[in-house]
Amino acid sequence: MVDAYRLRSPLDHLGLTARAQAEAEYSGTGVVLSEIAHLCLINIRGDASDPAFIAAVEKSIKLTPPTAPNTVAGKPSQSRIMWLGPDEWLVITKPGRGERAMAELWKNLKDGKLHAAVTDSSEARTCIRIEGPRAREVLAKGCPIDLHPSAFGPGQSAQCIVAKCGVMLVQTAQAKDTAGTYELYVLRSFATYLWTWLEDASQEFGVRVA
Amino acid sequence: MFLITCPWCGEREESEFTYGHEAHITRPEDPSALSDDEWADYLFMRKNPKGPHLERWVHTAGCRRWFNVQRNTHTNAIMAIYKIGETPPKATTAGNKS
Repeated sequence: MVDAYRLRSPLDHLGLTARAQAEAEYSGTGVVLSEIAHLCLINIRGDASDPAFIAAVEKSIKLTPPTAPNTVAGKPSQSRIMWLGPDEWLVITKPGRGERAMAELWKNLKDGKLHAAVTDSSEARTCIRIEGPRAREVLAKGCPIDLHPSAFGPGQSAQCIVAKCGVMLVQTAQAKDTAGTYELYVLRSFATYLWTWLEDASQEFGVRVA
Repeated sequence: MFLITCPWCGEREESEFTYGHEAHITRPEDPSALSDDEWADYLFMRKNPKGPHLERWVHTAGCRRWFNVQRNTHTNAIMAIYKIGETPPKATTAGNKS
């Protein structure tokens, strides 16, 4: 883990905090963009068919690794675990909680003498959240996944391409109208590109930073 | 552009995948025992058919897993998709018509 005082978001240079304050009054915008910086991301690999592995993960983070492809377990307000592959998951926790989760996972997987890997990849990615009544339309401009509520909803995820850029896409909420809330976990070297692409694609609907 | 059904992630656009060439080519047990011709045959010679072809693909932008595809190289029709280690389907003429 990087010391907290050394953490720098890849979007720091865009001055998003100041923009969020300045744009808080904007009304009638179709899209709201924000960055969720410094989330703890822990990559886990192991054998999903081994009950001892599943139990060790459950004991460590109080979440069951989902075996259904493209799903996320847990509540967005707390820790979550995302399916990445038949033997691979990503734990997403709040800033500052990663160290403890890492230690617990290490200990329980090691105690069980399990063939598994735990890797902290927090600094590899940042999270861009896109919400608002037109968010889905903006994503549809650059993402081949069918995001219609009948095909994609809260708790579902996809590792896919948005504007030629590889992302982990998660839907966290779906309002009764067309509004959905999505999170895009993007590699930090692509973050500025993806943010500016999203902002540009949102212009026609009205956009503000939160 | 066509759709490929990843055995794990489901139907996705081709741009998420990478082609991995002909499948089921076994590396010789003892390469040093082979003649140059036999080694070259293993290394370079491929079937390159016009019609059904067994090949490997990887879901690069998704779950990053390798799998096998039986594709008609003439029409691009995907005839079968099966996981690594599974038995390849028998050659068929399905998908020959465009």
